[in-house]
Amino acid sequence: MKADIILEAVNVTKHFSGANSWFSQEPTVQAVDNVSLRVRRGETFAIVGESGCGKSTLARVLMRLLSPTSGNVLFDKRDVSAASGSALQALRRKMQFIFQDPFSSLNPRMSVGKLVGEPLEVHAPELSAQQRRDRVADLLHKVGLRAEYAGRYPHEFSGGQRQRIGIARALASGPKLIIGDEPVSALDVSVQAQVINLLGDLSRDMGLTLVIIAHDLGVIRHMSDRVAVMYLGRIVESGPTEEVYTNPRHPYTRALLASIPAMGSKSDGKTPTVLGEMPSPTAPPPGCRFHTRCPHVQAKCKTDTPNLHSANINDHQVACHFWEAFPDPPPLTPSPPKTKAVEARFALYRAAVEGGTVTYKNHQPTERP
Amino acid sequence: MSLQVDLNAPNRAHTTPLMSLNNLILRFKGQTNDVIDGVNLTVKSGEVLCVVGESGCGKSVSAMALMGLLPIDSTHISSGKLDICGNHIDLSQTCLPSEMRGNSVAMIFQEPMTSLNPAFTIGNQIEEAIRRHITDTQTNVRTRALDMLQRVGIANPEQRLHEYPHQLSGGMRQRVMIAMALANDPKVLIADEPTTALDVTIQAQILDLIRDLRDETGMGTIMITHDLGVVAEIADTVAVMYGGQVVEQGAVTEVFNDPQHPYTIGLMSAMPQLDSPGTRLTLVPGTVPTVANMPSGCRFRTRCAFAAKTCEMRPPLAAITQSHGVACHYAPLEANLSVSS
Repeated sequence: MKADIILEAVNVTKHFSGANSWFSQEPTVQAVDNVSLRVRRGETFAIVGESGCGKSTLARVLMRLLSPTSGNVLFDKRDVSAASGSALQALRRKMQFIFQDPFSSLNPRMSVGKLVGEPLEVHAPELSAQQRRDRVADLLHKVGLRAEYAGRYPHEFSGGQRQRIGIARALASGPKLIIGDEPVSALDVSVQAQVINLLGDLSRDMGLTLVIIAHDLGVIRHMSDRVAVMYLGRIVESGPTEEVYTNPRHPYTRALLASIPAMGSKSDGKTPTVLGEMPSPTAPPPGCRFHTRCPHVQAKCKTDTPNLHSANINDHQVACHFWEAFPDPPPLTPSPPKTKAVEARFALYRAAVEGGTVTYKNHQPTERP
Repeated sequence: MSLQVDLNAPNRAHTTPLMSLNNLILRFKGQTNDVIDGVNLTVKSGEVLCVVGESGCGKSVSAMALMGLLPIDSTHISSGKLDICGNHIDLSQTCLPSEMRGNSVAMIFQEPMTSLNPAFTIGNQIEEAIRRHITDTQTNVRTRALDMLQRVGIANPEQRLHEYPHQLSGGMRQRVMIAMALANDPKVLIADEPTTALDVTIQAQILDLIRDLRDETGMGTIMITHDLGVVAEIADTVAVMYGGQVVEQGAVTEVFNDPQHPYTIGLMSAMPQLDSPGTRLTLVPGTVPTVANMPSGCRFRTRCAFAAKTCEMRPPLAAITQSHGVACHYAPLEANLSVSS
């Protein structure tokens, strides 16, 4: 069965040349280097990596906010890496972006109705003002905001609500694919959960394809179907999320997973994580770019660039010369079982939040002394 | 729930508290409601206390008030007793004396870029912190600064002393901040979100460093964070804050293995877990009210699924066990109420 590919990147490279002055030439930043990936229709695809690994640049190239230095981006099998004019506008209708910071990505001088209606003016100019207002109300309702909010301004909303406005704005043109650059990382845990649930519901109900850029491995595990791990401009491992998390093959992926603070049990502080820090993308090391920090580095890694090749199961790819030589990763520490009482408490909480009726037993609360 | 921690971890509870803050009540002038409403925090020698909560819960403000870093003309502290290293300070009358600030109590901040002065070298800034508290020859002070950089694991310390903050990476800057804070051997270190701006691999390195230094020096650490994972990793005791009140407090093993307050349970349910992907997250409905709109009584009641009339009265922080307290009228929930759908 051939998967239905909605978005494909073929050998995409993006370099930013440094500032030129009379006296000096700043070095070129090799932000994304020869990246290929395929996003299937209807799935949630995640790109994960640390700051400076080029994940945001890749997202902007996929979105055609930046044009690649070389390589091609195919949307619905059509090359869009050189799209411009009306072809680009048509592409924007089908592909939308959610930004990280809900505080700086909304114009403070525009009302919510205007903000959400603006994409409609561009992409659906045939609508009358009244029809547009109805669409805006409908969109606000979809993201869990009240239609009356259309008259308010962004500063009147909390971070989570603003991110909902950003999502409504992205949905306005009726896109098939949404790229979210760290859509929940600026939000608090409780609000983050609301937005994650919302994105999940929307992609299911509207058949959207999501590409999520994130650095929070917990969020990615929760949301995505497939994941690509990036390091210094290259994809080092990719595959179904479940497989990559339970059976990571690249030393970098393993280090990343081991660095998550104590999901499971308290570490003894002796767990080998990666050494040092990421080199600058202006002068990436030759060969495998991870070799300067890799605990298993060998001579070959310093000269030969490893390509992504299939690991043990279909669709799980890893870019490491020696992945077969590593022992199987230890299983994720299973959580210790919860006691009956705690289990019951979590169940009560879930039931109550989902609208159950609370009945109080005989209880005499004490007044504060 | 993978936030549970190992019960066999060594118990670092010592006898006398190194620092205790009692009943801190604080409001900003012009506001009608207290921002911090009766917070008690205690930290013992060699212990890490994590204060955890969402933005706006007052965790940073409490730390700033403790350090005396809030502007006096816009802050009104109506109550607050600070006992630190044998000194008793009434925060409503006076703030932490400047000879103790940076000396007995030191602080590191979240954003290492903005908390270092870009116009001075690293060496210069560490030496300034040392010279503020001791008088010594230039050579000795420089040796001390070099020694500190070595202790926090910076390679080539001699060279780094002469570099400016922009020449260092985020993780290195945070190490410099820690070196500066520890230069005068503080008894208590307050770390305000020290790893939030860092990547996970670097965060793991910094947490290891703080843990090592704690073991080495026996200092008490108050770590402010919003990340429950970090709490599980490093804390001995934890205080969960909501709306300027501590809603649950105790040994980290007890709070995470036996969470009692609906807010703690909500936070834990809302966290995406590595070992249970794909399930819909249960969330904490609504958002944190602004200070002016904070309800009376239990401040969580406007977002609590179990709230009743009783919750208009403030619940005391009642002991569940000797080392675990919770401020909820209905704790333990499963004994006091039931839910039918």
